[in-house]
Amino acid sequence: MKSKAAEYGLLAALAMVLSYVEAQFPVFFAVPGMKLGLTNIVVLISLYRQGTKSAFAINLVRIVLTGFTFGNLFSMIYSLAGGCLSWVIMAAAKKWGPFSMTGVSVAGGVGHNIGQILVALFVLETGKLIYYLPFLMISGVAAGVVVGLIGSGILRRLPPSA
Amino acid sequence: MKKADFILIGVIFAAALAALGWIRISRSQGNQVVVYIDGTETARYSLEEDLVTEIESEKGGKNTLTIANGEASVTEANCPDGLCVHQSSISYDGQTIVCLPHRVVVEIQGEEEMDVDGIAR
Repeated sequence: MKSKAAEYGLLAALAMVLSYVEAQFPVFFAVPGMKLGLTNIVVLISLYRQGTKSAFAINLVRIVLTGFTFGNLFSMIYSLAGGCLSWVIMAAAKKWGPFSMTGVSVAGGVGHNIGQILVALFVLETGKLIYYLPFLMISGVAAGVVVGLIGSGILRRLPPSA
Repeated sequence: MKKADFILIGVIFAAALAALGWIRISRSQGNQVVVYIDGTETARYSLEEDLVTEIESEKGGKNTLTIANGEASVTEANCPDGLCVHQSSISYDGQTIVCLPHRVVVEIQGEEEMDVDGIAR
């Protein structure tokens, strides 16, 4: 029980650090919402190691803490929308079965980007943002593959969960 | 990676490319630059005349809009992420530059709307 709590704390902290790292180079991407999704590595590992609910909890803790520490209310709403949608899609993709961790991660990455665009559509009240979607889908796939490969690599090397 | 992974990636790529193709085919050159703050139109400029102007939004937000050579771009901004400055110049109908932190949208509009507004003004 104790080591389980420690593992949760560790993963949440790791997710937060990765959020921070990622926030250091946002100008790299010309389309709003494009992201590497490094934190998704942690969510993915949690999803496979601890289960669906834990992955959600860690994602939520990460988003709220990062929002308060490095961001603002808006950035929090955006990441909340992206985070929730990607979690739902990843959990469903995992449950469905035919995908490996990489496929699940790709689905999550694209879901994340779609979630962010949807919020932006509402906040800015312009349907024209839909033009960004193809770019965000492709970037979501690319980031998802990288995240999935890293995630499965890490998961393989971790000792079995307590 | 499993076979289903590749199928998923292929499907997403195909959908993205199809959407991209549709956007390319359906787009046409615009001639007006419209500035929206929080969803309301605040300014409208011609894409044909070169111009440099400040877009001032709530809480001291500033974005510098530059129109040159028939293209609009945001050349300077004091938003935290600066994404709007890095978005490429726009000139086609419906293209946008977005500054999420300031809730500013710069949009290109086309011919027909120009005529209607020309009469209204």
